[in-house]
Amino acid sequence: MKNLLTIENAGHVYHTPSGETQAVKGLSFSVGEGEFVAVIGPSGCGKTTVLSLIAGLMRPTSGRVTVCGKDAYGGGYRLGYMLQRDELFPWRTTYRNVLLPLELKRHKSHKNKAYALELLKKYGLEDFKKSYPDELSGGMRQRVALIRTLASKPQLLLLDEPFSALDYQTRLLVTGDVCSIIRREKKTAILVTHDISEAVSVADRIIVLTKRPAALKSDYSLGFDPDLSPLSRRERPEFGRWFELLWRELNDENG
Amino acid sequence: MITLARWAVLIALLGVWELAAAVGLIDAFVFSSPSRIFVALKDLTASGELFLHAGVTLAETLIGFIISTAIGTALALLLWWNGRVKQIAEPYLVVLNSLPKIALGPVIIIWFGSGMRAIVVMTVLIGVVVSLMTMLSGFEQTDKGKLLLMRSLGASRMNVLLKLVIPSSLPTFVNMLKINVGLSWIGSIMGEYLVSRAGIGYLIVYGGQVFKMDLVFASTLVLCLLATGMYALVSLLERIVRRH
Repeated sequence: MKNLLTIENAGHVYHTPSGETQAVKGLSFSVGEGEFVAVIGPSGCGKTTVLSLIAGLMRPTSGRVTVCGKDAYGGGYRLGYMLQRDELFPWRTTYRNVLLPLELKRHKSHKNKAYALELLKKYGLEDFKKSYPDELSGGMRQRVALIRTLASKPQLLLLDEPFSALDYQTRLLVTGDVCSIIRREKKTAILVTHDISEAVSVADRIIVLTKRPAALKSDYSLGFDPDLSPLSRRERPEFGRWFELLWRELNDENG
Repeated sequence: MITLARWAVLIALLGVWELAAAVGLIDAFVFSSPSRIFVALKDLTASGELFLHAGVTLAETLIGFIISTAIGTALALLLWWNGRVKQIAEPYLVVLNSLPKIALGPVIIIWFGSGMRAIVVMTVLIGVVVSLMTMLSGFEQTDKGKLLLMRSLGASRMNVLLKLVIPSSLPTFVNMLKINVGLSWIGSIMGEYLVSRAGIGYLIVYGGQVFKMDLVFASTLVLCLLATGMYALVSLLERIVRRH
């Protein structure tokens, strides 16, 4: 498996008037093409910083973050970023929301538009393509947000707790929905979450970060059958074992 | 039901006023009365004066409104675009915002003469700072998550402005228009109080000086109608905007 994302000994220090804060220190891991990796860590461990480094929104103060061999910083690759809320623009229709990334990159060719339409059709949103976001349910909005992300054919998907704004019931459904789409489109994805059961139910691999400054604590391959849906994973006996193991790791005082 | 009650209040007020004046409870010369106001209005309309004065004031208000909205919005865009300029401008804005613009009256008259021009300048001065501050805070309240999304998509600053900041500030813009309508009327009437030969403000001041209270009330009534009409137009615009 080819490495898509490589983080080598990355560190990040924030400079504030009152001093320096080391948010990330000596972090190294890599993600292979087509992998679905979940990153978890104790709250306030610098997950957001790690995400921003991978997204190329910040330059690491030490070490390197590369995607496909090029520095992530400065928009070196096609990134699909799913945020905690769907962030659909309320003044745009579903279809025009989905086209936003293409518009920004001036990739609004017929071919790309056709691809966006095809995605909408494939995932049951064709009838809502002229609807505005406030006319859609929470789950549908999240699906539109995912299709918006996929329409620009991203090399890497970053999911920043993308379901945390949904209620539990919807959340389980949408998680299943989104994961099956990601797997069908064979995308490489990194999910950052504080929810252990969510991480275990969707990922191939789980990376556990230490307390601040964030570094790699452990790296597990879960070994579930990839065709298993998130909901059926939750019913497997291994699910409970992984949950317990990871819960202990996160709450380990020696951090 | 509510509408009915509203009309009832108006009719009751007018009735009591008229009655009090008729039986001599209040002096109609000082307090006027609905019937006397009506007569004054009829005279004003018949002589054509009403349309002259209303037209002058309406023109001053509209021109001032449009100019202050345009300049305020343009400056707000500039300050949003360039953080350095914003930092430099901030103390000046605070001072300009707290300064009662009417204090500049004499300066304006000397610089811009005693005609319509001075009044428009006064109107612009009163409206522009508030427009600027309202729009700037609107631009700056753009949703952080959506800004992050735009950044992750590699959007240029121009694209962030055109595709996110401006469309999401549209409701603020409409609110600013509503505020500015009110301020523009204040500006034009104040301007006319200071210096003018025509306009509703001129009529009110003139009526006060010669003790024609009927004229003062009639002019005020016309002013009410004009201001309400303009506000209604902006509200109509708001409804269109809210429908995407």
